[in-house]
Amino acid sequence: MKLAPAAIAGITEWKPERVWTRPMFGMEAMAQLAGELLDDTGIEKDEVDGLVIGGAMESPMFAPSAVAEYLSVRSNFNEVVDLGGATSAGMIWRAAAAVQLGLSEVVLVLCPSVPPPPPPDGGGMGSKMVMPAYLGGDSWGSPQGQFEIPAGLVAATPSFAMVASRYMATYGTSEETLAKVAVQARYNAQANPDAMFFGKPIDVQDVMDSRRVADPLKLLEIVMPCYGGGGVLVTTRERALRTPHRPALVTGYGERLTHKSITYAPEVLDTPIRVAAEKAFDMAGAERSAIDYAGIYDCYTITVVVTIEDAGFCPKGQGGAFVDERDLRHDGGDWPLNTHGGQLGMGQGGAAGGLSHITEAVRQIQGRAGQRQLPKCDLAYANGTGGMMAEQVALILEGA
Amino acid sequence: MSSIRFDSESGRPLPIPNPTTQAFFDAARAHRLDLQRCPRDGFFFYPRSRCPRCLGDDWEWESVSGRGEVHAFTIDRVGHDPALRSQAPFAIAIVELEEGPRVTANVVGCAIEDVHVGQPLEVCFEDVDEHTLVHFRPRAE
Repeated sequence: MKLAPAAIAGITEWKPERVWTRPMFGMEAMAQLAGELLDDTGIEKDEVDGLVIGGAMESPMFAPSAVAEYLSVRSNFNEVVDLGGATSAGMIWRAAAAVQLGLSEVVLVLCPSVPPPPPPDGGGMGSKMVMPAYLGGDSWGSPQGQFEIPAGLVAATPSFAMVASRYMATYGTSEETLAKVAVQARYNAQANPDAMFFGKPIDVQDVMDSRRVADPLKLLEIVMPCYGGGGVLVTTRERALRTPHRPALVTGYGERLTHKSITYAPEVLDTPIRVAAEKAFDMAGAERSAIDYAGIYDCYTITVVVTIEDAGFCPKGQGGAFVDERDLRHDGGDWPLNTHGGQLGMGQGGAAGGLSHITEAVRQIQGRAGQRQLPKCDLAYANGTGGMMAEQVALILEGA
Repeated sequence: MSSIRFDSESGRPLPIPNPTTQAFFDAARAHRLDLQRCPRDGFFFYPRSRCPRCLGDDWEWESVSGRGEVHAFTIDRVGHDPALRSQAPFAIAIVELEEGPRVTANVVGCAIEDVHVGQPLEVCFEDVDEHTLVHFRPRAE
């Protein structure tokens, strides 16, 4: 049975900030995002009947009902998604599937990542974004705590550095080629005033000269964690056609995960996106060569190179050559990649960082990308990557 | 409740065993590398209640060769764990054991610049407080 695709009708996105000066509780942030999505689409509040969230800090248990109560929504589809950097992409296909199945007609996908007001007894998140080194892996009974943390395999950068070392040894890719990914991201960020690195272009030598953090990865190949927020509104194609912007139909999606720690990846260089992207392209009936915009999750340079090839845009092992040979720029590139600057250029606004590749796809399809608007964008690919190259989601979006 | 504690002298994180993993750490304390072996699917790591391939629970502990090679590695230049900042730079490798399973550990006994993918390694042990850490060091090819 082939179900009619659902549509993204509207988006909202906050400028990522290293230091967040407008503290909000999670549900306050979700209320603001929800209001912005309704404004963007002209859809009435009472039409909302589905919620997809990443949790609610004021209500670690019963999170969806807490959010439904706060927003006063009578909601027929309620999901909490926990896929790291792939969370937002995973949220969107779940929302689309719920709409396709007729469970809901208007689903809000809400991704706030901002600190709450500081509690009077101290503590709290602090206004400057800092990721905890253990990412919860030190919980009692955790394999990670017993077998990874003592060796220093913590945070995310050392794990992606492992992927990079294996990749370079296997395919002979140079550090300069990986550096090009960061340079490219910064280039596109120069057309995005909301980007952290707007006004700060770099070249390959800058990347090569930047501090080595976890060999072979250097500082300028590593995303900057920020606060931020974003959301999308998913509805039926029919309802979306009665909104101001061109609907972006969610015609294909796929998801895959196999491991948490990179140590136990079935194959370090055969990443989950291979299967996720296959499923997405098969569902959409779309050709990879027909893609007008690619949004590739970019927490690190190596992530982009491996994802391009495992998602099937070039043969295995050719991701480096692809990056070297193709023009990935927003203005005149033959394969426009992350035209917003990606996370490497824009900053990683928490879960909204992974959303940025998708909001940009929607902007391009809707003709709302401003000075970085592509001349034609009818078909877009976007993906998310969470954890240690572990949890991956592929989406195909098509303009209605 | 945590799965790590911090060594009172060095401040470095040490594992807290649980009933499922205790035998692994007891073996390490005796300077042996013991893994669970499933009669159908062979060795697996990390220690689990059941074989991750067939979910059988008829595995037994068995010593392995301790030989392996670097499958992937990094040099942590900054100490991503604040508790290990004073140890940086240090080498972390995913070691593929001859018996198949992969284990993450520090590579010691050589300059960090010499660590490379495919490098032959052998297990070695470092006693810290009441615990023994499992490391790997170069071995002759």
